[in-house]
Amino acid sequence: MSTIKAEVRHYIQENLLLGAGAVSPGDDESFLEHQVLDSTGFLELVAHLEETYGIKIGDDEMVPENLDSLNAIEAFVQRKREVKA
Amino acid sequence: MNPHAPPLRGSLPPEGADPAWGGPAPDRMSATPLGPQSLELDCAAELARISAWIPRVLTQKLRRRGLVVAISGGIDSSVCAALSVRAIGAKKVFGLLLPERDSSGFSTERGRQLAEHLGIEYQVHDIAPALEALGCYAQRDEAIRRVVPAYGEGWKNKIVIAGGVEGGINYFKLVVQSPEGEQQSVRLPLREYLQIVAATNFKQRVRKTMDYYHADRLNYAVVGTPNRLEYDQGFFVKNGDGSADLKPIAHLYKTQVYAMARHLGLPEAICSAVPTTDTYTLPQGQDEFYFALPYAQMDLALWALEHGHTAEELAVALGMTAEQAQRVYDDIRAKRRATEYLAAAPELMPA
Repeated sequence: MSTIKAEVRHYIQENLLLGAGAVSPGDDESFLEHQVLDSTGFLELVAHLEETYGIKIGDDEMVPENLDSLNAIEAFVQRKREVKA
Repeated sequence: MNPHAPPLRGSLPPEGADPAWGGPAPDRMSATPLGPQSLELDCAAELARISAWIPRVLTQKLRRRGLVVAISGGIDSSVCAALSVRAIGAKKVFGLLLPERDSSGFSTERGRQLAEHLGIEYQVHDIAPALEALGCYAQRDEAIRRVVPAYGEGWKNKIVIAGGVEGGINYFKLVVQSPEGEQQSVRLPLREYLQIVAATNFKQRVRKTMDYYHADRLNYAVVGTPNRLEYDQGFFVKNGDGSADLKPIAHLYKTQVYAMARHLGLPEAICSAVPTTDTYTLPQGQDEFYFALPYAQMDLALWALEHGHTAEELAVALGMTAEQAQRVYDDIRAKRRATEYLAAAPELMPA
């Protein structure tokens, strides 16, 4: 698994699922559909991504296509880092 | 009363009701076409039903001698106060007007007008000093300054919801206005958003403390004033306006509450009042802060969802695309999930 996906999965497990035995989402599974994250959870995740990867997520980028699965997040963060570089 | 209206969680059964009353609201198909007529209410029949229910609950369940109603000047609390008077008489209803620093002057004025109209005893109590002492304004302003450093004396603020209706993820924006009238809007980071809301929630919780002071003093019960849309979607503060002994309009859509206000002959200023939160210093509609759509459309969407109508049918009724209507349905379900705990009893460790 890529570093980004592993790191975000770990963040979700540690901070949002709190070791309560909930099943971690698959790489392509929707956080919304599987009720892994609600809107507050997404805001926590966005803050984490901005801080960890040194990126700034715009209002128009707050969409499921960028943030609603591990695969989507990985692709999004990589795009943002490439633009930044 | 709409015959298709499903029972609400926790509501008391009407006389002769089906024993299943009080269970979860089921999704079910309805032959009624979807449109404004879906929300039509037989106000006279519903008034009679609520007027019979209130004294029954008061005497048999709550064992109190009257009702305390906090009157905001808005439509919901006004209708609740009027229903209370119809049910048990003006002498057994005590009204409370609880303005604070950010309240609109119109709210208190309309509240007084209503109390005088109903002929109830009432008291106006400015809760600003209590809120000041608790740090409500200071904590809120400190969080705002973390995102807008220039914010200070003479500035105004509000929070607006964004993202969800456009197909994005719900988030909140802080809108501030300088004393010169210049507005700016900035997305709120989670920490600041939570602190602003937490500080602002002092307002509803202090008001509830006042409600119960007077309820205890008079041996009365406290009336909660949410309408069905607010109650279903968790648009209330836990241990704040969400706390009450009885909620006589939690089964009525907001559209129906307006119809009831007119049926009750309430003052025109109240019947035509636009719903606001009256909590932030800039004018703020409820749909800006919380709901995906203005209340009349939200009412219809909620009604449609509860009666098994498809997103395509809702789209036709509201003049939007099926995709947008589906997002509204998704938003309703998401808010139910997120706020379910607000109305729930505390979790207990199984013995």
